Amino acid sequence: MDIPPAIACTGLVKRYGDVIAVDGLDLEIGTGECFGLLGPNGAGKTTTVEILQGILPADAGTVEVLGRTWRDGRRELRERIGTQLQETRFPEKLTALETVRLFRSFYQHGMPAERALHTVGLDEKHGAWVKHLSGGQQQRLAIAVALVSEPDLLFLDEPTAGLDPQARRQLWDVIQGLRSEGRTVVLTTHYMDEAERLCDRVAVVDHGRIIALDTPRALIASLGAEHVVEFAVEGVTPPTEVLRGLAGVREVRTEDGTLRLTVAQPHTVVPALLAEIASRGGRLSALTTHHATLEDVFLHLTGRSLRDG
Amino acid sequence: MAERGGVGLVQITLWRLRELWREPEAIFWVFAFPILLALALGVAFKNRGHQALTIAVQEGPGADTLVTALGSAEGLRIVALDSVEAYQRLRSGRVAMVVIPGNPITVQYDSTRDESRLARLETDRALQVAAGRHDVLWLRDALVTEPGSRYIDFLIPGLLGLNIMGTGMWGIGFGIVRARQGKLLRRLHASPMRQSDFLLAQALARLVFLVLEVVTVLAFGALAFGVPIRGSLALVAAIVLAGALAFSGLGLLVATRARTIEGVSGLMNLVMVPMWIFSGVFFSWSHFPDAIQPFIRLLPLTALNDGLRAVLLDGTGVAGVWTLLANLVVWGVGTFAVSVKIFRWT
Repeated sequence: MDIPPAIACTGLVKRYGDVIAVDGLDLEIGTGECFGLLGPNGAGKTTTVEILQGILPADAGTVEVLGRTWRDGRRELRERIGTQLQETRFPEKLTALETVRLFRSFYQHGMPAERALHTVGLDEKHGAWVKHLSGGQQQRLAIAVALVSEPDLLFLDEPTAGLDPQARRQLWDVIQGLRSEGRTVVLTTHYMDEAERLCDRVAVVDHGRIIALDTPRALIASLGAEHVVEFAVEGVTPPTEVLRGLAGVREVRTEDGTLRLTVAQPHTVVPALLAEIASRGGRLSALTTHHATLEDVFLHLTGRSLRDG
Repeated sequence: MAERGGVGLVQITLWRLRELWREPEAIFWVFAFPILLALALGVAFKNRGHQALTIAVQEGPGADTLVTALGSAEGLRIVALDSVEAYQRLRSGRVAMVVIPGNPITVQYDSTRDESRLARLETDRALQVAAGRHDVLWLRDALVTEPGSRYIDFLIPGLLGLNIMGTGMWGIGFGIVRARQGKLLRRLHASPMRQSDFLLAQALARLVFLVLEVVTVLAFGALAFGVPIRGSLALVAAIVLAGALAFSGLGLLVATRARTIEGVSGLMNLVMVPMWIFSGVFFSWSHFPDAIQPFIRLLPLTALNDGLRAVLLDGTGVAGVWTLLANLVVWGVGTFAVSVKIFRWT
């Protein structure tokens, strides 16, 4: 017998007036999977997960979560789902421990509030008022609140948005810990490195639709080349057709005066590129190379970068 | 299941209590404000009845005779002033009347001011007697200084009602709108928390504060001004409880859909300001035209104030206030029921 998927939705649509936030989205997420929804701000990620969590009604489409629909299984689903929503401001003058206890009291099953705080590394902050916690600590508190009911399915909506790199890394460790406990995690993010690091599979979302869905590795491999060379030239720039003709170049894009080549092997492309520029009397003003990332996948699929939205 | 619901209710109530308790401003509005207001108004109006009436005699020929004649009368304070100063003080209310010597003697005053009319009578009597009038009738004074009929006695129950309305509505309304603004309601909605637990806990947390609030104000009135508590305390408690229910419900209703503090403040004022004016907090609503009195009687603050005054000052029993109690309960249950129906979590 197959284990039913943790989440299955088809044809999901949500409109706000004339704006279509979610535009016919299909999704199936397996039990035990850490699944990422990657896309720029405004792509419809949050609307999608809020529909999946029964917070917003969909205008069209079907949703099944843990084998139940929200209509017939609301109470049970609320018990079995843990969630961290975007920008929740917990009561300022409650302590971290009081906050987690408050939420623990809503569930029939769960862990002691102290353990939830321990899991996210807030042991030292039991008695601190929420308003005295740093941004990163408040995010971790939100995750402790999501965890305290020992949910089968966990939603994390932009868990590291607005945090400094160190706080993000700490949270990644927490999320990787949850994943290794075998919980199903649905994560939205607009950070490609986060999705690459944490997720088993990633759906790239743009304008309310899924434009690609696979493991991070397979998505990057779909570019057909694993490296990206970015450069800028002062003076005469070689024409795009010429660049495309260089051996090993898969794709050429221009963005704000910077040229990006997707290439199989930089060590063969770069010398050829330099020779080409020199022969036209141009001068290289910038040159970087990096392993292709999900950012490059997004750029390849949409022609825009994640940060531009 | 029931037990778990109970745990949630207790925890939400604790949350709201902690939030109120840890907010110094809330403590001020709940406890200090009514006492300061009662103190200020109580002192301002306390000795009003015993105060001497101040009468100005305008300087000029014959003024001295008038000053002597009036000075011998009890309860009058006489000042001799030039005409400009005398008129100035009359206009600003510092003297009740100006007496201008001459033939005839002229008395200058505003007939819509009670104390001026009283001054007119006293002056007339003093001058007639000084001129040789003999009274043909003699009235014996039997003085009464019973607590319960003074302005402060009228005021304390009104302030109590006002405070129950204000803290109930602001406390609940602001708390909810802040939680909606901070997307905390959305987060709560995503948990299995019972909606009715959340709304009920708001009212419960108020009740705990209410007990302290009511005891403070009543004790202050009794100790500082000797305001009587004639009726049964249980009935006072019942009226206070019904009032708190009504205003918790109204606070909830006002906050069911508002998204911003500004929005909810406007609605609060829309609801509360008419009751500040009409419901007999500082003066009796019987001063308003007969045509609008039936509507005034329907207002929850009117019912609360009238009920408190009846029980505290007149010692009225249940039979005398049950319609007022019913009024408050209907407001409470009605607003609560509507709030549950239309409450916005997102």
